Amino acid sequence: MSDVVEKTLTALPSLLSLDSQPGSAKLSSSSKLGALIRGITELTSKHEEEKLVQHELASLKDQVSSPNISMRQMKEAMVRAIYCEMLGYEASFSYIHAIKLAQQGSILDKRVGYLAVCLFLNENHELLLLLVNTVLKDLQSTNLIEVCMALTVVSQMFPKDMIPAILPLVEEKLNHSKEIIRRKAVLALYKFYLIAPNQVQHIHNKFRKALCDKDPGVMFASLHIYLQMIKDNPEGYKDLTASFVTILKQVVSGKLPMDFNYHSVPAPWLQIQLLRILSILGKNDQMSSEIMYDVLDESLKRAEINHNITYAILYECVKCIYTIYPNSDLLEKAAKCIGNFVISSKINLKYLGLKALTFVIQQDPKLALQHQMTIIECLDHPDIIIKRETLELLFRITNAQNVTVIVEKMLEFLHQSKDDHSTIDLVGKVAEIAEKYAPENKWFIETMNTVFSLGGDMIQPDIPNSFLKLLSEGFDSEEENQKLRLFAVDSYISLLEGEIKKLPQRFLQVISWVLGEYSHLRTDLDSARVITLLAKLLDMKQMSGETKTWVLMAMTKLCSGESSISIAQSVCDDYSSSMDTVLRQRAHELQLLSQDSALRGQLLTLHSGSEPLEVDSSLSFLDAFVSEALAAGAAPYKPPHQRQEELAQEKALSLEPYELSLPINMSSSSLTGRQSPTLMSVSSGLSGDSTELSLKGNTTILKLEGVKRVWGKEGYLSRKDPLEEVIQVENPSSPSQPTGTGGTPSDTPTPSATPEPEHGKQQLASSLFIGLGSQTSVFLMGKSDPTAQRIRRKVKTPNSSMAVTERGSVSSTSSAVDNLLCNNIPESANMVQEVTYETPPPYKTELDARLNEDLIDSTPSPVQSNGVETTSDKTESEITDKPRDECSSISLPAKLSGLPHSEVTSLCSNQTVELSACHVEKHDYVLLVIFISNSSDSDMENIHLQVISEQLEVSLLCESPLQDIAKHSMAVCQYLLNVRRPVVHFEVVGMLSYQTSSENQEVEFSYKLPLTSFVRPLEVSTEQYGTMWLAFSNDTKQNLALVTDGQDPLTDTLDLLKKKLGLHVVEIIGVEGIVACRLVQDQPCLLHCRVHGRTLAVWLRSPIPELPDCLLYHCQRVLEET
Amino acid sequence: MMRFLLLFSRQGKLRLQKWFTPLTDREKKKVIRDMMMMVLARPPRTCNFLQWRDLKIVYKRYASLYFCTGLEDQDNELLALEVLHRYVELLDKYFGNVCELDIIFNFEKAYFILDEFLMGGEILETSRMAVAGSLEEADTLQEVKDQTVYYSVPQY
Repeated sequence: MSDVVEKTLTALPSLLSLDSQPGSAKLSSSSKLGALIRGITELTSKHEEEKLVQHELASLKDQVSSPNISMRQMKEAMVRAIYCEMLGYEASFSYIHAIKLAQQGSILDKRVGYLAVCLFLNENHELLLLLVNTVLKDLQSTNLIEVCMALTVVSQMFPKDMIPAILPLVEEKLNHSKEIIRRKAVLALYKFYLIAPNQVQHIHNKFRKALCDKDPGVMFASLHIYLQMIKDNPEGYKDLTASFVTILKQVVSGKLPMDFNYHSVPAPWLQIQLLRILSILGKNDQMSSEIMYDVLDESLKRAEINHNITYAILYECVKCIYTIYPNSDLLEKAAKCIGNFVISSKINLKYLGLKALTFVIQQDPKLALQHQMTIIECLDHPDIIIKRETLELLFRITNAQNVTVIVEKMLEFLHQSKDDHSTIDLVGKVAEIAEKYAPENKWFIETMNTVFSLGGDMIQPDIPNSFLKLLSEGFDSEEENQKLRLFAVDSYISLLEGEIKKLPQRFLQVISWVLGEYSHLRTDLDSARVITLLAKLLDMKQMSGETKTWVLMAMTKLCSGESSISIAQSVCDDYSSSMDTVLRQRAHELQLLSQDSALRGQLLTLHSGSEPLEVDSSLSFLDAFVSEALAAGAAPYKPPHQRQEELAQEKALSLEPYELSLPINMSSSSLTGRQSPTLMSVSSGLSGDSTELSLKGNTTILKLEGVKRVWGKEGYLSRKDPLEEVIQVENPSSPSQPTGTGGTPSDTPTPSATPEPEHGKQQLASSLFIGLGSQTSVFLMGKSDPTAQRIRRKVKTPNSSMAVTERGSVSSTSSAVDNLLCNNIPESANMVQEVTYETPPPYKTELDARLNEDLIDSTPSPVQSNGVETTSDKTESEITDKPRDECSSISLPAKLSGLPHSEVTSLCSNQTVELSACHVEKHDYVLLVIFISNSSDSDMENIHLQVISEQLEVSLLCESPLQDIAKHSMAVCQYLLNVRRPVVHFEVVGMLSYQTSSENQEVEFSYKLPLTSFVRPLEVSTEQYGTMWLAFSNDTKQNLALVTDGQDPLTDTLDLLKKKLGLHVVEIIGVEGIVACRLVQDQPCLLHCRVHGRTLAVWLRSPIPELPDCLLYHCQRVLEET
Repeated sequence: MMRFLLLFSRQGKLRLQKWFTPLTDREKKKVIRDMMMMVLARPPRTCNFLQWRDLKIVYKRYASLYFCTGLEDQDNELLALEVLHRYVELLDKYFGNVCELDIIFNFEKAYFILDEFLMGGEILETSRMAVAGSLEEADTLQEVKDQTVYYSVPQY
């Protein structure tokens, strides 16, 4: 504290001289605020401070409520209140005055008022409603400063439900003559987009205008919105790629006013924003990526000055280059860049270099080899952050050969780390790689012991769960299982005999379970001894009730023989009167079973295997009980979400304004729960639920339209394809990818003569980076090494193999994984493609040129700036329209050509092969037809075509393997598609590997098809419809636009839906209509439509959770297009 | 997007707080406490970046004051460091050779400068001149004496 006083005194002269400077604020040494601050500085204890501030607050309270306080005094008092709040004391009496000040004061008072409001209240505070009028007034003010303040406060905090009230005014500001106003308006809309994306949907065209604004600042502001929208739906904005590239080119070459320079670098913020947008647009999209290569190269070249800001640009460039479709030249430059970062003496750059390295290491393991010595040095870096990041990097390159060294390093770090968050994270990682690559039982059990002890009770619950699951389900060999279990038992017995006080609860739970289950394996171990050890645990003070239950359950399994029964009895006496009901129940169980050995033997058979238990998940055995209860007058069960929503409906005030220019989302429930459609129509007309409610439901359609995931956990690594991750998880012997068409091991730098201290590091390096060079690529191409993974779970049924992947944070299905594994598909199709793509076939360039022409149209230019109204929402079919002509020579097999089918689309091509595809809609399924045409002069051999999809079941129609394809001829493959999980657009990804002139090649492709391809009319009667309606539980409601040009809007609209989507109109009664459809495999979806003013209130119901939302999306599309 | 910006002294006194996403008071207090604990414990000449939960923390010390900001995962740390620097430059230009005391005694001005510079967690105005310009514009108004009585204005 004296330090501060000293500083104050030394600074005093300079403070006083400040007064005379223009623009500088006067330090009011005589003001009340000054006195308060000084008073606080002189205090010596927290207690005194509290007393002083409370006194201050009391006098403030008096002051603000005195009748003759002037505006100026009020403003001053407000500043003091803010100060007290900042110190952590509540000044809630001043909140209302802050709002009043903002409302009534002159500009300067207003500014303080708004500031106080922003600092005092949070978005949900009820007083904020009082602010709406003030903001409205200020937005309409002729005074620019007032407008600015209003826009600022709107972007800082504004009640979500009140956005519609001010939206038109903010929108209007996009056309304001002052740049600063336009800029703030764009940012305010960005904020709205983040918190309520549905509300700003209709102004997307205006965003385009902002993007083309003549002021670069406004354009820059609009990029924030675009980044967000493109992140949510990259497909929708591909047409802007060329425009963004053009803008970036102009920025990089210094075409912007000098004002935008920062340390003589042209508009770095703008550059970085554009690079981020480009990397999303270019991801998995070769065509878009190719447009970017030049400008990325230019950006790398220009960023030469030795300053943080240029490094920031370089870093973003590198990230972009590694995200988009690869280009060998750029990759090389980016790799060099990363190298410079890693070896830099600037610690911040080193950190980012490591991060970048972690990011790219899976694509390019060679890079890690190049920098292995630097990485080793970073492991011993004095800065713990650098160390942590290095471990993260090592985690990515772990394989069976280096796992022990890496785990050792991680545990070393864990012993030092004090930060809970990183401990939890790292413990999870150790557990993951230990399980995946464990070289031997002893090591595995010991490592897991350390994990449990260090992780303590903060450990993620899935670690002990998955560990126990692994022990019980075991691996492929039963003998190995027993050995591992035995070892675990031994290890835990010795742990329990040692110091038990320090063992965390979760670890004790694991121990008790394992001992209960497996201690009988150790034949020389007396069960009484185990029970004694367990009973000792119960006596510990810090034992939680939950752990005690685990211990009691273990005892129940073990108690046999005189001595153990007597111990069990005494334990039962202690706990059979426990206040904890679960514990009491367990104690009673133990008591009963320990006395009745026959019953015990029946219940707890020592089964060595693990036959799957039959679980009646529908709880049908309770049916009688339920019907009895219902008959006795009990209320029927309602699922929790329904109860919650009803509750919310009862309590919440509807804040939605009555008249809206855009459709309101109806929430997915109503006041009265399940009702017949006709009854519902009454409530659906009235209850305009806030859109927020429907956002909660995590619906597919909303995701597409851009709900922001706030506080989400998403790293660069999660940007990888799920496909790649699956392989990562499931193919443990190979965390790396083969490099190009053949990795070269010679890159490993091994200086011949090294000084002595270096020698240790060299050794460490060789143990860490083992298996990263060419050996792995051999594994990948050939069969995987069976000894590489000792601890490998048995895959019994599709269900249990799902469980294997469940920890890998990948939501993919087992069959895809299995397919991938048995075919040994190398991960790095990208790298291989990169080589083969260097000379594209002639027709492609032509196509590019044509596409470019189209794209240039939307390039912003001053002339166009007012009239660029390019439709931003191009539908899927429009985008795929373009390449169609190129494939017109390909025709469907004769027996399919009569069926409705999509046009043949080109998927990808290189010098040797062209892939194209289309889908055929049959009555009960959808056929995907893939054409492989060999355009080279040699035959294609060993053809392997792999097609998978996350949301679809894909099965090959004919069983015979693909024949070789002779030169200049074509093969056709047909796949049967069935819906596994409905989404708006299905994506099928595939990989073709083949050999031409004894060279292995691969191409990757992806194909999209809309949900509508799977929709078929469902012909039901009105009665059937009624019963089905009541049976279905997943529903969605929304207001849609009506087709109003004809005589009868309802019939017209339904006819349109029928025509475009293939729905079946069951009946139209007055202003209501009921419609039914199904997905190909008989997954029905019912629609109930009712005309309400100029909108159509649609209520969809289906047994499939995702279906209503997805179908609604397509209905919306169809109606918007007209 | 920046999630928050905190200014605090070496002694752990909060000097300025700006939240760009809604948090409850409890959460805010937790963030402030954690930030001070982490940042103040960092030895000199170490890396300016930290990880806290799912946020990237970027901090920098200027004289006795720490500037500390929380970023989302995909944000660029180096750029954020320059944002902090630019803010310091702006404060410096406004106050003329700024020191911690300027910010203590005129914290509301520091907020106003920040509002001209950042909006909703994104950079609004990158030009130093423009920010200074709009602030001066507002400051000139300050000269007009204003003696309106607070309660004499018609009630709402």
